[in-house]
Amino acid sequence: MAKVTGGAGKNVRPFYGKYSKDALREALRRMQIIRKFEEGAEDLYVRGLSYGTMHLSVGQEASAVGATMMLRNSDYITSTHRGHGHCIGKGAEAKYMFAEFLGKEEGYCRGRGGSMHIADMATGNLGANGIVGGGLPIATGAAMAIKQQKRDDVAVCFFGDGANNEGAFHESLNMAAVWKLPVIFVCENNQYGMSVSAERSTAVKDIATRAAAYNMPGVVVDGNSIADVAEAMDEAIARAKRGEGPSLVECKTYRTKGHSRSDRNRYRTKEEIEEWKLRDPIPAFASELLTHGILSEAEVAEVDVETTREIADAIVFAQNGTDPTHIDIASEVHTPLAGAAA
Amino acid sequence: MRELSYAQAIQEGLAQAMEADPRVFIMGEDIGVYGGAFGVTGDLVERFGADRVIDTPISELGGAGVAVGAALAGSRPILEFQFSDFMTLAMEQIVNQAAKIRFMFGGKTSVPVVFRAPSGSGTGAAGQHSQSLEAWFAHVPGLKVVQPSTPADAKGLLLSAIDDPDPVIIFEHKLLYKMKGDVPETPDRTPIGKAAVRRLGKDVTVVATAIMVHRSLEAAELLAAEGIDCEVIDLRTLRPLDTATIIESVKKTTRLACVYEGVKTLGIGTEISAMIAESEAFDYLDAPILRLGGMETPIPYNPQLEKSAVPQADTIAEGLRKLVRGSF
Repeated sequence: MAKVTGGAGKNVRPFYGKYSKDALREALRRMQIIRKFEEGAEDLYVRGLSYGTMHLSVGQEASAVGATMMLRNSDYITSTHRGHGHCIGKGAEAKYMFAEFLGKEEGYCRGRGGSMHIADMATGNLGANGIVGGGLPIATGAAMAIKQQKRDDVAVCFFGDGANNEGAFHESLNMAAVWKLPVIFVCENNQYGMSVSAERSTAVKDIATRAAAYNMPGVVVDGNSIADVAEAMDEAIARAKRGEGPSLVECKTYRTKGHSRSDRNRYRTKEEIEEWKLRDPIPAFASELLTHGILSEAEVAEVDVETTREIADAIVFAQNGTDPTHIDIASEVHTPLAGAAA
Repeated sequence: MRELSYAQAIQEGLAQAMEADPRVFIMGEDIGVYGGAFGVTGDLVERFGADRVIDTPISELGGAGVAVGAALAGSRPILEFQFSDFMTLAMEQIVNQAAKIRFMFGGKTSVPVVFRAPSGSGTGAAGQHSQSLEAWFAHVPGLKVVQPSTPADAKGLLLSAIDDPDPVIIFEHKLLYKMKGDVPETPDRTPIGKAAVRRLGKDVTVVATAIMVHRSLEAAELLAAEGIDCEVIDLRTLRPLDTATIIESVKKTTRLACVYEGVKTLGIGTEISAMIAESEAFDYLDAPILRLGGMETPIPYNPQLEKSAVPQADTIAEGLRKLVRGSF
């Protein structure tokens, strides 16, 4: 790994020493793309230009990027209903995501899946998921395939605090540990499963402590600090690649927008939301990059301008996309068989 | 041709598939050294090792999801449910994930997973180990559902299911595991979506599934002595349905009976009846359609009650006799 030059002294945390300037700039860029994608999606909705539902991850960009920035296309992720950030973190392009959001043929799922089902096999994204906990066993199975095929890859499984009370969570962590599979379970604890707080729904204070029940390391990190998340991920990935099995990383974070379009925020206070807005992960990361002399003010500003332009272009691309014309959708349910009539 | 039991035929199919393709592996509860609750996997763990014949924890939902994930990541999993009743614990992964991923992802991937499940009554296992839930799964676009009734088809449909790029569920009937029959030694495929006419006849078309094929054939023999000539179709695949074979037969015999073990209401026979009512064969019908299915009750424990809950050869014969003679 390239060492940071400039202001990075020996008290600088490992994250800033491990990743190159390019990698760190790209991480900031992706966080900005996520934020602006979410804002763009909300704007399209408010203006009546989008159709279905969506779940915004504003405020959770550090965990999305911090848990994916070290992954390759051959590594897998499974994502959640609040998955736009994970997809972008794993390398999805905003224009094809907006196209999916607007139900166009150019979208990642050709308009058949929408916001909740964005998947991209080419970048190892096994899909966002509309079912809370749905991705947990799927990531576990992908890790099983990695192990069977003797590949040097990992599966990263995103889920929320809500999913940690699903049976699928417990079954998956147990199996992954029994079989020592290369999977990292990343809990984005944004404090609420729709309206019910983790405090009211979950018997333990820290979900990471549940890792002990499955004989795997469980760590709590500041989910709004990309450095915290990435350092925990690096350790978990190294353990997975040594063949020692899964880990659980709990990222304490917050969504500053509502659960979905219908949310009237009746379950939390304005003060709480405002307090978390002060802990916005994007300016915090930019500020650290400046402090350590990794990026200049001008370079940070350039990322801002560049991402604003990319999102604006992406929305235009999507709005000019093709509405599906293929109405024989029943023929798309199954894979065409070789030798079968067209 | 040499004979194998239905269970041995499945085991041979599993072994041949694993020999032919290193991506294929099997997983399930007690399928390793125990050899499977019904002995289907036998000594496969000794032949292929514990990495390809994997004992899972008792975690049906997780196991199904692991199979889905492994299939997405390039392996070819075959998951054995110990009893088809336990699939109720895994509905989420089967119905929301396996069945829908290909379509929801715009056709850009597929989920080549096989679920095997012993089903049916007649073993004294009572309400939670004796159900015939196949119609539930046949209701879901994205799943293919097969029900072999012979050892040769048990092997042939399994091999087709493993080849298939999409999820296939195989319902194996517990009472058929010990049944013997001719099975080719070569890995011959039975096509999915194709019914088989097991007995030619001219008076009534009997569409049956799994063990009901054998009970219907037995009923047909009883009725032959009375001058009633039954055509018996072994449906073999519930989804996609082989409508052509059924329509052709009904046009010839002018009568239709559906015999199935699942609960009669909203069962597979209900679908076949409606399909015929909507088809060109409707005009050929000389009698109302008859459905003989399971009673509207859980499967009882007591052997006499258990028998009475699903069609038997004598009750099938009685129903067909009334249908053909026109005395309802």
